[in-house]
Amino acid sequence: MNETCFSRRDFLKCAGALGVLPLSTIEIAFADPQKNFTFAYISDSHIQQIRGTEFVRNWDRGLIRAVAETNLLDPKPDFVMFGGDLAQLGKKEELDHGGEILSGLKYELHCVLGEHDYYLDLGEYWSKLYGPHYYSWDHKGVHFITLNSILTYDKWIHGPWPNDMQRMVEMAGLDNPNGSPFLVGEKQRTWLQKDLEKVGKDTPVVIFSHSPIQKIYKGWNFWTEDADEIQAMLKDYKDVTVVYGHVHQIQYNQIGNISFNAVMATAWPWPYPQSYAQAESHLPKLTIPMNRADPFFERDATGWQLIDLSNGRVAMRYNLYNNTNRTVAYNPATRQPEDKMYQSSAAQIAPQIHF
Amino acid sequence: MLKRYIGIFVILLILVVVGGVMFLNGPATRADQFSDEDLARWQEEYMNVVKKGRELWTSPNLGTNQVACAQCHPNGANTHPETYPKFQQQLGRVVALRDMINWCLMNPLEGEALKMDDPRLVAIEAYLAYERRGVPLAPGKH
Repeated sequence: MNETCFSRRDFLKCAGALGVLPLSTIEIAFADPQKNFTFAYISDSHIQQIRGTEFVRNWDRGLIRAVAETNLLDPKPDFVMFGGDLAQLGKKEELDHGGEILSGLKYELHCVLGEHDYYLDLGEYWSKLYGPHYYSWDHKGVHFITLNSILTYDKWIHGPWPNDMQRMVEMAGLDNPNGSPFLVGEKQRTWLQKDLEKVGKDTPVVIFSHSPIQKIYKGWNFWTEDADEIQAMLKDYKDVTVVYGHVHQIQYNQIGNISFNAVMATAWPWPYPQSYAQAESHLPKLTIPMNRADPFFERDATGWQLIDLSNGRVAMRYNLYNNTNRTVAYNPATRQPEDKMYQSSAAQIAPQIHF
Repeated sequence: MLKRYIGIFVILLILVVVGGVMFLNGPATRADQFSDEDLARWQEEYMNVVKKGRELWTSPNLGTNQVACAQCHPNGANTHPETYPKFQQQLGRVVALRDMINWCLMNPLEGEALKMDDPRLVAIEAYLAYERRGVPLAPGKH
């Protein structure tokens, strides 16, 4: 593997050569540099059909830009993850249109299922395009697991909805009180337990999920109901990282041995939950918010991420479209992910204060 | 002299009679009296408009591209109604919240601005203020 761009300094040099790329890279580094690698992460494109062959231009542009920029990476990432919510209302037309844009990627692609892909036909058409809803694989000494974390109670799924589209619409509204909390569920937890049995405790484990496998704000499903059970299954592993989508914003946290890193959306950013005055949120104290989005810049506060994996831990490189780039990397000294520039309160800037 | 006393007497008499009539007419004619039923009804009227605002906020049909306000602003968050009117630096002038609502209708929602006296605009404002209740006014804040 070409090592030219693997140190942070060199990566920035390489990124600079490409112009200002909005990427967050995830790096996993090992003592053996042959095992260090990068992969790219694109998420939450919400491709939305208006009618016929017309789709919302704004969301299309976000995904098209992310795909084009990912293809420019040098050295090439080992693979690309898509973090879920490819479609807005799970329609065949939306999944096909999004799939067509994603097909421009020149790399191997793995996909996470999002609630917007699922609740129309319970993931049937998505599966035809992208395969099983949860799976695992090994790559250069890291065990990767993709979970379907957006399931919910059967009672809700087979609830009083007049049709499947109504069920989809009810779950699609982030702040809709008729929605239902996300679940990994018992069946998948049993599968996960079995999958982990064959993984050594020193093997780095990276989990991809759509919703956070931690509890931040239930009202917007920044939440997975059985997060505690999943965390308990992972507590004996030395290096565990969860990378999740859904929240459309930079978040990071450390719970015991588990690091949590959120990715941004290519479609639109979401407010931090503490900006909703009527409810209490539990945004991790560690998280330094990304700048407040400027709606006059259509792509502001959207983007995608390049992830460097080194020593079994991730470094997320967020190269933001209309803001100063950010890097959130695991700090072995403090044993938690930290922003390289803004972590100390003295270094924070006014746009990072949300109200 | 006597004429003047008669004049004053007549004026006083008129005042007493008018005052007495107002008193006898009862409290309904007084501005400072309304009942619990009034309060309940007025609150209901307001909440009906808030509800209408919430419907519009989550509607895919307010603009032309099926995008709803709530897609970017769940529970109306990140709209900061308490900070308006303020200098909107991107527009270079002081604007009201309704100007920004219309900006969003025209841009991300690819629709048309609502007229300033459109009841739908009032409903959206009512909804946003309701979601932001309890937050102190901070006009001009960035």
